[in-house]
Amino acid sequence: MPQIIVEALAKTYRVAERAPGLAGALRGLVRRRWREVHALAGVSFSLEAGELLAFIGPNGAGKSTTVKILSGILRPTSGRVEVDGLVPWEDRVRHVARIGVVFGQRSQLWWDLPVIDGFDLLADIYRVEPAHYRRRRDELVAMLRLEPLLDQPVRQLSLGQRMRAEFAAALLHDPSILFLDEPTIGLDAPSKLAVREFVRRLNREQGVTVLLTTHDMHDVEALAERVIVIGHGRVLTDAPFEVLRAGVFTERRLYVDFAGPPPDLEMEGVAVRARGERSLELAFDPAKIPTPKLIAAIAAKHAVEDVHVDEPPIEEVIARFYELHDAREA
Amino acid sequence: MQAARPFSPRPYLAAFRARFQLMLQYRTAALMGFATQCWWGAIRIMVFAAFYGVNAAAAPISLADAVTYVWLGQALLALLPWIADPEIGQAVRTGGVGYDRLRPLDAYGYWYARTLGWMLARAVPRAALMLLAAGIVLPLLGLGDWAWRPPSGLEAALLFVPAFVLMTALGVAVMMLANIVVAASLNERGVNAVLTPLVVVFSGSLLPLDFYPDALRPYLHLQPFAGLVDIPFRIYFADLKGAAALQGLALQAGWTLVLVALGRLAMERMMRRLEMQGG
Amino acid sequence: MNALALYGRYVATSLRAQAQYPAATLMLTAGHFAATAIEFLGVFALFNRFGAVGGWSLGEAALFYALVNIMFAIADLLTRGFDVFGTDFVRTGAFDRILLRPRSTVLQLIGHEVRLSRLGRLLQAFAVLVLATSLVPIAWDAATVAIAVWAVAGGVALFAGLLVLQATLAFWTVESLEIMNVLTYGGVQAAQYPLNIYAAWFRKVLTFGVPLACVAYYPVVAILKRPDPLGAPDWLLPLTPLAGFAFLALALLAWRAGMARYSSTGS
Repeated sequence: MPQIIVEALAKTYRVAERAPGLAGALRGLVRRRWREVHALAGVSFSLEAGELLAFIGPNGAGKSTTVKILSGILRPTSGRVEVDGLVPWEDRVRHVARIGVVFGQRSQLWWDLPVIDGFDLLADIYRVEPAHYRRRRDELVAMLRLEPLLDQPVRQLSLGQRMRAEFAAALLHDPSILFLDEPTIGLDAPSKLAVREFVRRLNREQGVTVLLTTHDMHDVEALAERVIVIGHGRVLTDAPFEVLRAGVFTERRLYVDFAGPPPDLEMEGVAVRARGERSLELAFDPAKIPTPKLIAAIAAKHAVEDVHVDEPPIEEVIARFYELHDAREA
Repeated sequence: MQAARPFSPRPYLAAFRARFQLMLQYRTAALMGFATQCWWGAIRIMVFAAFYGVNAAAAPISLADAVTYVWLGQALLALLPWIADPEIGQAVRTGGVGYDRLRPLDAYGYWYARTLGWMLARAVPRAALMLLAAGIVLPLLGLGDWAWRPPSGLEAALLFVPAFVLMTALGVAVMMLANIVVAASLNERGVNAVLTPLVVVFSGSLLPLDFYPDALRPYLHLQPFAGLVDIPFRIYFADLKGAAALQGLALQAGWTLVLVALGRLAMERMMRRLEMQGG
Repeated sequence: MNALALYGRYVATSLRAQAQYPAATLMLTAGHFAATAIEFLGVFALFNRFGAVGGWSLGEAALFYALVNIMFAIADLLTRGFDVFGTDFVRTGAFDRILLRPRSTVLQLIGHEVRLSRLGRLLQAFAVLVLATSLVPIAWDAATVAIAVWAVAGGVALFAGLLVLQATLAFWTVESLEIMNVLTYGGVQAAQYPLNIYAAWFRKVLTFGVPLACVAYYPVVAILKRPDPLGAPDWLLPLTPLAGFAFLALALLAWRAGMARYSSTGS
């Protein structure tokens, strides 16, 4: 029995229109116009306990709307949702006691309170049994290396520190499901790595079900086996990432470092994607030109210092995917 | 200091317009503010009516004039400097005050234009609505006794024009001083805590100044805030006329000049201090 | 942790945060004291110039003034979260976080912030109460104290209900909330004078519409042990604060309707 069930989820908003300029502002005093926005137009998927799912899509695709509906904040226009047997927006108090939610760049902790005081207050709010709370808290503090930050007011923390504290805060009450809405946005590289590592451990070692929305494709690469791409309020694909990639590009990338300036390469089935001072990035289809043959062909004619083969960069895969499905930013 | 530049009003006009337009977008706020003020006016008038009903002879002005005073006060409430410009408080909180030094403008003039735009944008729609409601609709409903009456005669009407201009200029000058203190002290709430009771009482906004005990009258009429409400309104219904009205205008103008001069001085010192501190 | 204990925690947290800035808190309290005290200056000036009104002396009017300010000050202390609901919770989307916690939204909002500075109004009201007691003079016995406390309780409920309604409006538009000041601050402005000085239609509004008269007029008449100039029977006078509680109950129903709307339209 899946832990999370989403069926034919739809959500439509009415938005007021505003004309620009002074004349428009004055006109706005008298008459208003509305238009309908279809944020979600039939989304279906399900999640088993302990799964980790990445939700990606261009801005305005409906990712945040889905997360809000799943967490019980928002009521859909139509469709069915069940999380752990509960309908999120109908059983709000019971439902939110079982989930943790982290919004990127927004902290639920109290701005002026020291981190530890915020944790204690949350424990009271979530009615966590004191001994259990202390154990859980110490465990999370150790995992996220929050020890030196505990006495500082949240407003004094850097964004990376705040997000680590935020993760701890979201998990103090031991939820079995974690929703992450753009959790690494704005973080520096070490913090992103720390967050990804933490989420991976949480999912693999503690079996927490994770649903993650993100724009950062490296989050996807690091964490997700399963990816759902949303565009214009619809599911475009629901598959492991490799399947998605294969559906977009059959090509591979060859990165060649030359001893001198890179040559003008004219080879059949090979496209130059980028040119550096002493390097080239080439796209080719290994089905047409096997990789060793291509390397040998180039090395035979030019002074090659180093070669490196890889999949196309993940951002390109996704961008191309959006293009193919006409799913660019709404 | 700064290199001499030919004076161009464009940036000041742009600042004024930008603020004005922004405020106009909040149309519901304008309507609600208007409704609120109708109510405030109505309560004040009902209180006056009750007291006048007991002992009208004790009053320094007629009930009709008191009613007009109240409606004028509500209509023009946005021109009363009872708080510092909130945008300055915001700039202080976000650390944006220093940016004004980077612009090739006279800082005082720039802030003055911004605050003037803010005040007028809030005042114009409400004053227009109030005029409609209290000046036109009430008499049409047969409640002319409780209406906002037109100025008492040609002289009063003519004198009210400069009085109005001066009350606005003075109001902005007062607010500018408050703005500068807020920017220098970084304490918006503290400044407002002092400013509000002072201005509300001494401008005549709470009660026309002549209602306070007679012994205080000479002092109340001379202090700077009198020019914000009491003087221009009494000119309007000719409680101040002829030479007395001209004296009132002179008082408004004089205090405006003094406060502007003080403001410019304080602004320069603050900006210089910011330069030295590195903003 | 049950609701009451959690509320205590919230209050303690809020007070501790303000205690970190004692000078600022003190100054704000003094400022609020001054801003509210000038209203009594107006009352005093008018009585000083015109003499008694509505059959009440300055001292008696002061009792009306003091009690309505006390009840509003207490409600103000309790409902900060509702007061800033539109700007601090709906507009910013912070209300989402409140919904994500397994607690009643009302509890979280009344625990949001307890501003010590609002004691300024309470202090000036008590000062005026002392003045009233000495001017009239008022003999405080068990009965009159009981009526006063009961009236204040009803008044706190009424003003709290008004603030809940104001916050409920924010679910529809964040920009129209100023209108509620008509009822909250406007209510205090109106009721700081004995309500019988107003015309009949206004008194009816203040009795049956927003039942200010039920908390700020009739009980006070009972305390002053005078027959009601408007002719209400003596036995009715002490019961009227019930209306304040009824009003709060209705406001909370509206709040629930507002929340249902929020969950449909989002932030």
